[in-house]
Amino acid sequence: MADPAIVVEGVSKRFRLYHERNRSLKATIMRGGRARYEEFWALRDVSLEIPEGITFGLVGENGSGKSTLLKCIARILRPDDGKIRTRGKMAALLELGSGFHPELSGRENVFLNGSILGLSKRELTARFDEIVGFAGLERFIDQPVKNYSSGMYVRLGFSVAINIDPDVLLVDEVLAVGDAVFQRRCNEKFADFRRAGKTVVIVSHAAEAMRTMCDQVAWLKDGQVVAQGRSEDVVDDYVDEGHEDRVAVAADEAQSRWGSGEVRLQSVRLVDRTGRQITHPSTGDAVTFRLRYRAEKAVPKPVFGLALETLDGTWLWAHHTRDAGFVPDEIYGEGTVDLHVPHLMLQTGTYDLSASVVDYTATHQYDYLRRCLRFDVEHGTPRESGGFVALGGQWSSADFDA
Amino acid sequence: MSSVAELAKSRELFVNLTLRELRGKYKRSLLGWTWSLLNPLATMVIFTVVFRFFLKVEPDPGNPSGLHVFAIFLLCGLLPFNFLSNGITGSMGALIGNSNLIQKVFFPREILVAASIASWLVSFWIELGVLALILVLAGNFVLPWLLPALGLVLIQTMFVIGLGLLLSVLNVYFRDVQHFVGIILQIWFYATPIVYPIRVVAAALEKYPAIFTLYKLNPMVRFVEAYRDCLYDLRFPPLLDTSYLFGVSAATLALGVLVFTRLEPKLAEEL
Repeated sequence: MADPAIVVEGVSKRFRLYHERNRSLKATIMRGGRARYEEFWALRDVSLEIPEGITFGLVGENGSGKSTLLKCIARILRPDDGKIRTRGKMAALLELGSGFHPELSGRENVFLNGSILGLSKRELTARFDEIVGFAGLERFIDQPVKNYSSGMYVRLGFSVAINIDPDVLLVDEVLAVGDAVFQRRCNEKFADFRRAGKTVVIVSHAAEAMRTMCDQVAWLKDGQVVAQGRSEDVVDDYVDEGHEDRVAVAADEAQSRWGSGEVRLQSVRLVDRTGRQITHPSTGDAVTFRLRYRAEKAVPKPVFGLALETLDGTWLWAHHTRDAGFVPDEIYGEGTVDLHVPHLMLQTGTYDLSASVVDYTATHQYDYLRRCLRFDVEHGTPRESGGFVALGGQWSSADFDA
Repeated sequence: MSSVAELAKSRELFVNLTLRELRGKYKRSLLGWTWSLLNPLATMVIFTVVFRFFLKVEPDPGNPSGLHVFAIFLLCGLLPFNFLSNGITGSMGALIGNSNLIQKVFFPREILVAASIASWLVSFWIELGVLALILVLAGNFVLPWLLPALGLVLIQTMFVIGLGLLLSVLNVYFRDVQHFVGIILQIWFYATPIVYPIRVVAAALEKYPAIFTLYKLNPMVRFVEAYRDCLYDLRFPPLLDTSYLFGVSAATLALGVLVFTRLEPKLAEEL
């Protein structure tokens, strides 16, 4: 196997959290030269080998140390312990357009920023048209950058950085820049990079993007490497763990509730086939949504309904008992209603359930619980590539076998 | 890698950052570069009125040049001092003003300080050029003496870079430094024979030769005297003075580099 592009050996990085920062000489002298501080280990004994020519992801929650590690690799921060060895020319995309001078024109800034990133004037002149073309700023290149929109600013910054053609590219969550067209060009550029056998290190907490973009992933938690390996496996573990923490907080908490109250929904639960409450089913599982209600007086022909949305509010699905032809003449007292789902055809992700009970004309709401149950779907069968719903389709071809 | 080697390697970046400083300095001002000359000229007029006409400060005529113009006498000291004061102030702003760059991109950080000083050095050159023109018009054939003067500029640049490196990095850790330096520069200005000839101090301190020796240890006293030797009097500065200046400047540069390389690794965190 080829030599690794980056070797991280036992790296630790400590930050000092000052209680009272010695920003002034007076304070320093008064305190006898010492400031009170707590030590915080952003990285603790991290060892990694990043092989040449792959796209490597660092995932982790905020504060897990992944950005600190990237900055250490980029030599912006110096580790307190351990060693980092890198091979080849390295470029870091930590912030786009940092170092632009607002009063200078786009053209002047391309040369300035390029030389900060380590390009010579000759190389920059040769690539100038490509850089400007990639950013799509031909008409504005002689304007001062302070007149640029934030999108133009970031595009030019990205374009300079990506065109310096490094052997190792370090990227910190900057993929979400520009409009859709620019996004697509960026992704093509990354693909070119990988095809050219270059090494890319990406830091992100966008797990799904990491799964498809990266070959290998390391998962950091509290400054330590929890797992490292094929991106599918590590990202799945990372995603699954993330879910457990959150559900405990979010479950059973309706975001809002309204209705006249003749019938009240007392609980909305997700249970498995044995009736046990669950919070993170897998794709394809048999699950039951169970509503408990209490009617203070006899209520004729109530209609129970359920609806699902994604976190960004996309309405995915709804179903109510009137359309299913399942409406009792009257309810009174306590009871339960189940919706049994033989196969939960949702892909990995987080979903919000809303529940309601209304009158038969659907004009009067007895009780409505908006986003009363949040649950996370984990990997199961079928396992499909993306989106919200699993269709359970099968690939085949009359012309070849695979 | 030593910072000197890194400086050489990043020459291109250094040139570009210097150009950025120079271009950015007078953008969007109507007079642009003229300001770089108008500022010292305004100071010259003010000081000439106050010190020459109100306070009757009388410089000696140039020896052997015979030149006897207070305004020129003043400029010979004022321009080098402005280079020192602008260089130091600029260096301190260079690290703090570029914190976004330091936290996001790796490159040898001393280049920021060096580029800031270099931009002031360019101003200094232009000012010296104008001064040379004035001197020639006033009858001082200064052209052959510009060479030793440039030697002095080189030594002074070492001195300014040393102080710039030292103070800029200290200022990141303690922001008091910049206020402190502001006061020091004022004291320093009057502790240097710029608006008065050194003869005045020698006379006042006649009974305290120790204090006068101390006064003459101030490198800026020797710098200003040496610049005047070359430009005003048209003679070589004493070798002892230039050796002293070279020694002090080299030591200051070494100290600046040492402190800077010691404190530089934590810059991104401390900013």
